[in-house]
Amino acid sequence: MSESGFSTRLVALTRKETRQMLRDRSNLVVGLVLPVVLILLFGYGLSFDVKDARVTVVLEDSSPTARNVVSGLQGSPYLAPSWVTSMAEAARMIRAGQTDAILRVPIDFSRRLAAGDAQLQLLLNGVDSNTASTMEGYVAGALAIPTQQLADQAGNKPTAAPNITIVQRTWFNEAGESTWYLVPGLLVLVMTLIGAFLTSLLVAREWERGTLESLFVTPVRPLELVLAKLAPYVVIGGIDLIMCLLAAKYLFHVPMRGSLPVIIVSSLLYLMVSLSLGLFISAATRNQFAASQMALLTSFMPAMMLSGFVFDLRNVPVVIQIISQVLPATHFMGLIKTLFLAGNYWPDILRDCAILALYAVVLIGLTRRSLRKKLD
Amino acid sequence: MSDQNLTVTVENLRKTFQGPDGGEIAAVDGISLSVQAGELTALVGPDGAGKTTLMRMLAGLLKPDAGSLRVLGIDVAADPQSVQDRISYMPQRFGLYEDLSVQENLDLYADLHGVPHDERQERFARMLEVTDMARFTDRPAGKLSGGMKQKLGLACTLVRSPDLLLLDEPSVGVDPLSRRDLWKIVQQLIDDEKLSVIVSTAYMDEAERCAQVFVMHKGKLLADGAPDALSKRAQGLTFTAATPVDMPARQLQARLIDVPELIIDAVPKGGNVRFIRQPEAEQARLNDLLDGTSVEPRAEELEDAFMMLLREEEGETETKTTPKEELEKSAAHTAKDDGKPVIVVRDLVRKFGDFTAVAATSFDVARGEIFGLLGPNGAGKTTTFRMLCGLLPATSGHLEVAGLNLRSARAAARARIGYVSQKFALYGNLSVRENLEFFGGAYGLSGKALRNRISASIEQFSLDPAAQSGILPAGYKQRLAMATGLLHQPEILFLDEPTSGIDPLARRAFWRTITSLAVSGVTIIITTHFMEEAEYCDRIAIQDAGEMLALGTPREVREQAGDAGADMNSAFIAIVEQGRAARENKEKAA
Repeated sequence: MSESGFSTRLVALTRKETRQMLRDRSNLVVGLVLPVVLILLFGYGLSFDVKDARVTVVLEDSSPTARNVVSGLQGSPYLAPSWVTSMAEAARMIRAGQTDAILRVPIDFSRRLAAGDAQLQLLLNGVDSNTASTMEGYVAGALAIPTQQLADQAGNKPTAAPNITIVQRTWFNEAGESTWYLVPGLLVLVMTLIGAFLTSLLVAREWERGTLESLFVTPVRPLELVLAKLAPYVVIGGIDLIMCLLAAKYLFHVPMRGSLPVIIVSSLLYLMVSLSLGLFISAATRNQFAASQMALLTSFMPAMMLSGFVFDLRNVPVVIQIISQVLPATHFMGLIKTLFLAGNYWPDILRDCAILALYAVVLIGLTRRSLRKKLD
Repeated sequence: MSDQNLTVTVENLRKTFQGPDGGEIAAVDGISLSVQAGELTALVGPDGAGKTTLMRMLAGLLKPDAGSLRVLGIDVAADPQSVQDRISYMPQRFGLYEDLSVQENLDLYADLHGVPHDERQERFARMLEVTDMARFTDRPAGKLSGGMKQKLGLACTLVRSPDLLLLDEPSVGVDPLSRRDLWKIVQQLIDDEKLSVIVSTAYMDEAERCAQVFVMHKGKLLADGAPDALSKRAQGLTFTAATPVDMPARQLQARLIDVPELIIDAVPKGGNVRFIRQPEAEQARLNDLLDGTSVEPRAEELEDAFMMLLREEEGETETKTTPKEELEKSAAHTAKDDGKPVIVVRDLVRKFGDFTAVAATSFDVARGEIFGLLGPNGAGKTTTFRMLCGLLPATSGHLEVAGLNLRSARAAARARIGYVSQKFALYGNLSVRENLEFFGGAYGLSGKALRNRISASIEQFSLDPAAQSGILPAGYKQRLAMATGLLHQPEILFLDEPTSGIDPLARRAFWRTITSLAVSGVTIIITTHFMEEAEYCDRIAIQDAGEMLALGTPREVREQAGDAGADMNSAFIAIVEQGRAARENKEKAA
């Protein structure tokens, strides 16, 4: 009797939640349209790659050798070089924001090259430090080949120190594409969004409208309320997950080196954590406005800033590191990035999934407790 | 075993809440009572009597601080779920899902209670028929009128036959027709299924239907017994005074109720005044007061006993009404009485899309008149009201307020009206004085004029300027709301259901203020669901489905209802039903 009662009630409540969700258009906008906007915004709008960076070359030494060395800049798709003859002119340009970097070929370049200790001066506009360091790499790369050729042509006589060439290579994100780095993180953000903006309103709304008082005095059990509220939003989250994966593969061409089932299972685990966190906040505050503010501050903002989505967590103060370790988003962020770009690494997968599962169980338990049928 | 016949046994029950000042407030203070199975039992009492708290404890939603509480033989505090599996409870504000349709709401509650499908079809059909809602099953609950929502709430509560039904003030803010429908459902279940019901109510005619009545006051039990036995307390003290032909009943009522040492209570009814005399009142003084009006003894009713009990408890403090002269002075209008009506309404129409909320309505209101706007929930009263106040433009028609055309001079007309909305628009976290200052400023008062008006209002309505508005009792809030509406000494005062959820004592005091204001020349337009309050009005209009069904003095309206018009309540029901039948016939013919 009680078993069949459980399933009837669960089905009835889930049907009710689904209807309510579908009838409120703003739910669908937040649940389905906002993720698309986020994917497009972060996928196309936010990029740390530098393309067509402006480099001003000051050719104080206009010998063919010097010209030959800097010619490498022209072949690079990332750089847009321009040429001036005086350093003063170049300095003016960088101040006026007309260029991002100055490459100075000193007057004694050819002479010192022959002597084997040639120097080039690279001046970078450090206002945007991210761009500056990226450009440093590009310019060095563009100069490396002609410099090497020159050295070879010169028929380098063997010297005491062997001629060491450092060949750089970036692993996992060979192209250094920031979309590879951002898109997996986007998945975390979208899953967080549903919990923060949708489920955080569910229980509070019932408190505010007085519907809980009526529900309480029925045979309904608190766990049934929690499960019924989660169910329709798991579906929404599932749709978002599929959208994110499709966008990652076909729009941004992010490799998926880990196995797809693992990616899906871990994402669904995190979705449960996010939804139940929203629900718990909702049940604890009993007020829609407070709940949405709380959810924004405790789940969405930290997931964006403290989970390692954009900023490397090793460089932040210890306090922030501790906070970020408490966030479920951090654990999923690390996991999903590894899964996309590096592949299945089972010790990490098992550890992070266990942490996420623990969060989900604890949060659902807490929500259930806060829905005990009491008005005071 | 005698226990078998008791659904509820309560012993020394206590529940305290933390008050706003940090102190403890005992909402239920050592109550003991027992309720018989298979009977209808009423809890009556003024605001703050502890009725809702007691109901919630019975439903297992609040844990008692002390005492024992057994419902259906089960200790509620120890095992609330077992009780909740067997009872049905309708809270004061029933939680309908507004985005679900009528049918979906019913299905949800039927599923939650595990009602078998074949059983529910029969039950739904019967409920929908009694409540006259079968036509609306696809409509979202949020789009129903207040009375329909309440009926649907009751239907959802009663999707199955519970062992005990708890109804917490089911008829607050509900029009007489819906109220009658609500009781039809309950009565049917009592007759057919021997249902045990506990209902809390502010309507004495509802309490009179019950087998047992418990009168509560400030968390304590004042009296209990069968309605007849309780009524006996007023035996020999109840009379009807016939009002002289040229005098409005409320004038005589005002004269009587102003002398609390002789008269316990007085209300206008059927054109006459019903009153209860103090048992120890001197006959000679009483005769002087009545001044030759013919007085007939009448049978005592539950309401009489209830008013006596409350007056005894509250003593003189709460009954203190505003001194009449002061009020009359305060409304020092320069407006001359030129005999012209202050409100002229001609062929007023308001449409929302295809829906006609108000159809071709015309009436006049004279200066100093109390004009009552009555009608079922959703009849178009609020829409009419908002147009009169200039809050909503009319679709067509002519509307003149205080001699100004509302189409061209809305702002100027608004400065001459006062408006007290249904929910008393007050700032809860401001003090009484701060609220008055704000509203005074909003109406353009400042400096010395504002200060004078505020101190006058505080005295007039016996307010405590330092009290925080949000935590005042309902009757007090209503006085403050009235004070804010009257600060700028308007010529016309609009009151939208000012007495909903207010207890009888506060309502008496409220009407005493209103009648004095009218004497001083303020025109009053008021809506109410308490039909007996229509007796205070000079004229009333009954609206339904946007159309004016009756317009005239209370006596004329009762006469229009014919035989059914013994009292205002039945006259109202008869007129609305006649109107609806006529409309249906017209629709059939068309």
